[in-house]
Amino acid sequence: MTKVSMTVNGKAVSGEVEGRTLLSSFLREGLGLTGTHVGCDTSQCGACVVHVDGQPVKSCTVFAADVEGAAVKTIEGMANADGSLGVLQQSFQDHHGLQCGFCTPGMVMSAAALLAENPRPTEQDVRHYLDGNICRCTGYHNIVKSVMAASGQDVSALAAE
Amino acid sequence: MPKDHGIGASTKRREDIRFLTGRGVYTDDMALHGQTAAVFVRSNVAHGRIKSIDTAKAAAMPGVLAIFTGEDFKDVGGNPAGWLINSRDGTPMREPKRPVLAHGKVRHVGDAYAAVIAETYSQARDAAEQLAEDSVIEELPAIVDMKAAVADASNRVHDEIPDNVCFDWGWIEDNRAAVDAAMKAAPHVVTLNLVNNRLIPNAMEPRASIGEYNPGTGDYKLTTTSQNPHLTRLLVAAFVLGIPENKLTVVAPDVGGGFGSKIYHYGEEALVLAAAKRLGRPVRWTAERSESFLTDAHGRDHVTKIELGCTKDGEILAIRTETLANVGAYLSNFSTATPTFLHGTLMSGPYKVPHVYVNVKTVFTNTAPVDAYRGAGRPEATYSLERVIDQMCRELGLDPFEVRRKNLLTPDQFPYQSPVGLLYDTGNYQATLDKAVQMADVAGFEKRAAESKARGKLRGMGLSTWIEACGIAPSNLVGILGSRVGLFDAATVRVNATGNISVMVGAHSHGQGHETVFAQIVAEKLGIPESSVDIVHGDTSKIPFGMGSYGSRSLAVCGTAMTKAVDKIIAKGKKIAAHMLEASEGDISFEDGKFSVAGTDKAKTFGEIAFSAYVPHNYPLETLEPGLEETAFYDPANFTYPAGAYICEVEVDEGTGKVDVVAFHCADDFGNVMNPMIVEGQVHGGVGQGIGQALMEFTTYDETGQLLTGSYMDYPMPRAEDVPFYNVDYSCQTPCTHNPLGVKGCGEAGAIGSPPAVVNAVIDALHRGGHTHVKHIDMPVSPSRVWSAING
Repeated sequence: MTKVSMTVNGKAVSGEVEGRTLLSSFLREGLGLTGTHVGCDTSQCGACVVHVDGQPVKSCTVFAADVEGAAVKTIEGMANADGSLGVLQQSFQDHHGLQCGFCTPGMVMSAAALLAENPRPTEQDVRHYLDGNICRCTGYHNIVKSVMAASGQDVSALAAE
Repeated sequence: MPKDHGIGASTKRREDIRFLTGRGVYTDDMALHGQTAAVFVRSNVAHGRIKSIDTAKAAAMPGVLAIFTGEDFKDVGGNPAGWLINSRDGTPMREPKRPVLAHGKVRHVGDAYAAVIAETYSQARDAAEQLAEDSVIEELPAIVDMKAAVADASNRVHDEIPDNVCFDWGWIEDNRAAVDAAMKAAPHVVTLNLVNNRLIPNAMEPRASIGEYNPGTGDYKLTTTSQNPHLTRLLVAAFVLGIPENKLTVVAPDVGGGFGSKIYHYGEEALVLAAAKRLGRPVRWTAERSESFLTDAHGRDHVTKIELGCTKDGEILAIRTETLANVGAYLSNFSTATPTFLHGTLMSGPYKVPHVYVNVKTVFTNTAPVDAYRGAGRPEATYSLERVIDQMCRELGLDPFEVRRKNLLTPDQFPYQSPVGLLYDTGNYQATLDKAVQMADVAGFEKRAAESKARGKLRGMGLSTWIEACGIAPSNLVGILGSRVGLFDAATVRVNATGNISVMVGAHSHGQGHETVFAQIVAEKLGIPESSVDIVHGDTSKIPFGMGSYGSRSLAVCGTAMTKAVDKIIAKGKKIAAHMLEASEGDISFEDGKFSVAGTDKAKTFGEIAFSAYVPHNYPLETLEPGLEETAFYDPANFTYPAGAYICEVEVDEGTGKVDVVAFHCADDFGNVMNPMIVEGQVHGGVGQGIGQALMEFTTYDETGQLLTGSYMDYPMPRAEDVPFYNVDYSCQTPCTHNPLGVKGCGEAGAIGSPPAVVNAVIDALHRGGHTHVKHIDMPVSPSRVWSAING
């Protein structure tokens, strides 16, 4: 067992992990932060996306021991200080950007990383950036809409072509 | 002005708050004191005889608490098929036992033949790997291809079933001769051979189950990823483990999508319960994605020959189909209903066709069980029909829009008794077709095609007009059709003393937003704020015995039960009001949340009535019970019949064969719409899955029965870049005539109507590009298939 320490959602945490313990397992089982979901174990579905030092990573493919000392942000750290939904989260609710909710944490974390890089993405920018996040419920329509709306764009007339 | 609350408003979903903040609670999110972990040992061959399983080494490994094999379950029941189907000759289907763990033989890759329980998941996994090493399985030739399975009687998935056929079903058998005669007499006959590709549902939350047992009370609890906790309880308790139902609670908490795959009871659920009892500790299991690929019930997998007899000007005279339907290695719970009564009964579509006959042979193979997946049988029927109609148009030089218009039922023909057993209550198929034509700007297509051509792309347009039978139920009807269960639903409305309300429903929400929509309906009917109503679902110890969510049934069936329970609350409220206001019950009216005495200003609010019900001072107890809580069960008189017209436009790259869906228009008739935002979302998701089926998704087993598409690196799930924005309209509404809300159901429409629209568009594009030799391309219409068709 190895001791790891990191900051998660602004709070210093530490724990004992095996060498093979994944960051997703450490967050879920070690810290009880079950908002980060595991949908595939192969870095494909993106339900497990969290931010490590500001960068989006798939936490099911990172060893907990490898993020020693890093600043980690999860879906639990995305709300405003008063507990209300952040702008991006609120946009997902306003535009029905989620159904079963399972892919949602990863989707929100990826979209937040996109908006940090590109504050006014086009439809194609959003679709391309979210290529590593699979949703089976929404057909992506309202996810794309949610992300574009969160960036301040008018999405009322969006349809194909 | 659109409504901002109640029925018809796009109320934002209350469940989103927890999902967007990481506070949803899915099965794998629960941690329990003393919990243990289960890992299954699964067959790595498609077909084999279990010679020996030596548990000694695995049992001695660190942390291992128990090992189970098929021996442990040989004396308990099997997981049953829910529908008994008879063959054309009247003999009942062949129904092999589906054990908790494979015993004697393994029958598909992923078939679990042992399970290890250990203190931690890692320990259980290590020991399961050891156990696999110490098991001897003699590999037998795999039966993968359906035609070969039927042809070779010597090689059997189940030793007692000689030709691997479960049943050979004719619908309607008595009409066969008349249909044959009509086909023979038809001036023109079109024939198409089609594959409805096998799909893997891929709900994003993998299946998971936690078993608990209290030795002090004998109570079991199963927390599981289910679309229907009561159905699961019935199956696992009464059929498999023999636990009295009152000693088993089944909880389906937040569930991350189902699409059919979480309707069914699976062996893992029985195993964690049995193991929890043996150990006296909670036992948990969560599938890895590879286990989901190998063991979740797959969908579709039909091979069909369809013939259509018609006049030279496109009037449909007769339809005849022959289908081989794969059921996989075992009969999953709905697997025998899906290719029969959810498929054959839809084979006349929205058209007036005098003669229809459907033949389906279901075949056992050494592959994962196949069962209902979003649409379930209805997409297969719709695809066959809509493809063959387009082919008819091509052969006869007719316009696909005009031909459909000519054959569609007209509004004056309802109620319409179809030749395949359904009674359509209402519809206006011309209206949805007109709407779709307008939405898609069909008149402007040539201009768009010219623009595409200028960019080096072939543009095509495809249409499908479709109907579905939803809201499954009617127990009377499904009973005649072979169902072994009733398909009603139930709801309890509990008005609390302070006037807020808990509604316990049999439906289960795993993405559909029931907590929001059901509350809108109750709030509107009682004239109270939506925020005063909470919807409780998914826990058999709290909810009445309802049958869960699938078949676009939640609102049409459970929503009606809930509406009826609310009506009973109002009726009881009137009694209470009459007592409080010293009036006669017949003089009390209820409106806008107030009980009033007709012709006076005497009134009591809903809150006052609720409080009085629980503080029943001065009640005439012999005629008026305290309390305000009512339950209703509802079993509908008929299916509901949503319908619509979908138009797809694609661009095809002739050089690579790549197809892009560039526009998708949906004109749906769902009857009355309770929450437009949610209805649109359901259509988006269904169309997304339909485009996936049409262009991308395929399930490939090699000749030895190995699943080649067993991960997201091999099985192409539609991603954001693969699909367009969808244009959805639900303004053509012919309310259902037999439920009080007038609703029809919207969950499956997108997946039913879209695949033929996409494929018709691709074939149209190729013909416009001069590739007139291409008659058909099987789904998924992948770049290599399109390129090969162009160049073949």
